[in-house]
Amino acid sequence: MNPAAFVQGVGVLGPGFSNWPDAAAVLAGRRDYAPEPTVLPAPSLLPATERRRTGRVVKLALAIASEAVAHAGIASENLRSVFSSSGGDGHNCHEICQALASQPREISPTRFANSVHNASAGYWSIATGATLASTVLCAFDGSFCAGLLEALTQVSVDREPVLLVAYDTEYPDPLRAKRPVPDAFGMALVLTPGRAEGSAARLEAVLETASADTLQDPRLEALRRTVPAARSLPLIRQLAVGEQGRVVLDYLDVWNLAVDVAPCR
Amino acid sequence: MRPLVIRALTAASCIGRGLEQTLAALIDERSGLAPCRFETVTLDTHVGEVAGVDAQALPAELHRFDCRNNRLAEIALRQDGFDEAAGRAASRWGPRRVGVFLGTSTSGILQTELAYRCRDPVSGALPPEFDYGATHNSFSVADYLRRRLRLEGPAVVVSCACASSAKVFATARRMLEADLIDAALVGGVDSLCLTTLYGFHSLQLCSPAPCRPFDVARDGISIGEAAAFALLERVPDGAAADDVLLLGVGESNDAYHMSAPHPEGDGARRAMQLALSDARLEPGDIDYINLHGTGTPSNDRSESQAVTSVFGAATPCSSTKGATGHALGAAGALEAVICALALRHGVMPAGVNTAHLDPTLTANYLRTKRVAPMARVLSNSFGFGGTNCSLILGRAG
Repeated sequence: MNPAAFVQGVGVLGPGFSNWPDAAAVLAGRRDYAPEPTVLPAPSLLPATERRRTGRVVKLALAIASEAVAHAGIASENLRSVFSSSGGDGHNCHEICQALASQPREISPTRFANSVHNASAGYWSIATGATLASTVLCAFDGSFCAGLLEALTQVSVDREPVLLVAYDTEYPDPLRAKRPVPDAFGMALVLTPGRAEGSAARLEAVLETASADTLQDPRLEALRRTVPAARSLPLIRQLAVGEQGRVVLDYLDVWNLAVDVAPCR
Repeated sequence: MRPLVIRALTAASCIGRGLEQTLAALIDERSGLAPCRFETVTLDTHVGEVAGVDAQALPAELHRFDCRNNRLAEIALRQDGFDEAAGRAASRWGPRRVGVFLGTSTSGILQTELAYRCRDPVSGALPPEFDYGATHNSFSVADYLRRRLRLEGPAVVVSCACASSAKVFATARRMLEADLIDAALVGGVDSLCLTTLYGFHSLQLCSPAPCRPFDVARDGISIGEAAAFALLERVPDGAAADDVLLLGVGESNDAYHMSAPHPEGDGARRAMQLALSDARLEPGDIDYINLHGTGTPSNDRSESQAVTSVFGAATPCSSTKGATGHALGAAGALEAVICALALRHGVMPAGVNTAHLDPTLTANYLRTKRVAPMARVLSNSFGFGGTNCSLILGRAG
């Protein structure tokens, strides 16, 4: 039994993509790609006091999670969640490291609370009342596939619907020279064990040693290569064209992840 | 869930390097906490620092992974025959069938904190030798261990603050169940750094004294560090009676506050109940509970309520954080190892440092160790963001 699930909702946000329909139009070739810096919406889920405290990584994660859940029509409190990010909040990390390298060494409580890798998952559960299991993962450049594999095994083994949220944001200088993630990109999927009304496609994953798929458009390929969460782009394209096919996505050194996509018609 | 067997295990914390020292400290009711002398830190607090981390070298070919967190991982994997056990699993199942699932909260962030003191005065650049991916990034410790032990199965780091290395047991369980792997190296590694020391201090959550969970005068945590590993496999026919099994995992979210627990311990209660139902057990089947028990007023109050709401006020319980300090992302795995030792040797650990039990906390808290055979124990781990995880371990026979 390979891990498998049905796609019930999709969310995408990145440079030149403001949502999933927008990304689908570009990746299916219906519209030219016009990359622009990613615009992150204010997290309307959060009360105004909390909104001011959140950084770009939380805004991104909440935006794509909200889009996918709205698209799926499943209440967020009935979804488990898997969050996956290669880094976390680079700006917050920079501010903390800068403060710790100066005198007096003072970090604000909010900065520290936001420094945990699971900050986005925490804000999501608080904002939506989601009390089911939630996990937060990192596998460096393979973080998207690590998250997808975890989400698919949860759906297959535990037979529960799962929200996958994969996201990365840019690092400021001087960290950027060491971790050159140029902009924010994220994608979210609501995955269910059975086919339902509105299911977009069935996904089935298998570990694979073949090379990962690349994208023809050099700007999209640059995005795929520079933002770990954008390693999902070949899967987003396959979902966008709505045809049956296999995509291979970057995971670890020895393994990539092949995903068989079968649209539900 | 179908039970899993723990084939090998080890832990390094301030109470001991390896199982023998760890067990001796538990039996002697000894704390490893001491006034903080770590690095250049000037805070009035106690920490649980592992002896000799700075002196531990990594193999030359893995030099780029050199940081305190991976040195601590290296110390632990050399103990209790753990590296040999991982090697046997790789030979038996094939390296691609052994997964690596580790928990950490801050990974090698100390390396970045130090690099920020050495920025180029003109350009502001970080020093050329600083390697973000191999040290600071959360995945670093899993990446290091799979290279060091030549394991090639699926790998990931769970970073859910202080529940991280309890939750890796759930990930490994699902990967085994989905037949993606035949064995899993699970565990947690978290090491002292300035971010957590100054961060918890800013939240006024650090005690100046050694932490005193469940004490009426408890006033915060003592930060510790640890590396703890277990090797999980499916249970073969005819498991030995003293084998320790993973019987159940329960995960939940508070959905309440980023840095404070739900006041009635609602999420904690659900995590424990889910672990019981996962293991098909009743509350009365649990002989001992290793509490999250951080020693903050709010954690212990909400956890005591959650425990008594599920188990009543009779089940013996204690927090071992008075001994080890709070190892944060490594706490779940460290306390799973402590629970395995408790089961094997029939000792319920004492909650050391606690002088005067808080009379408002109704759980049956052990201030001294209790020698008694146990069949099944539960371990709690809760974290920032309201993330909760409970594990149930038991003896095979």
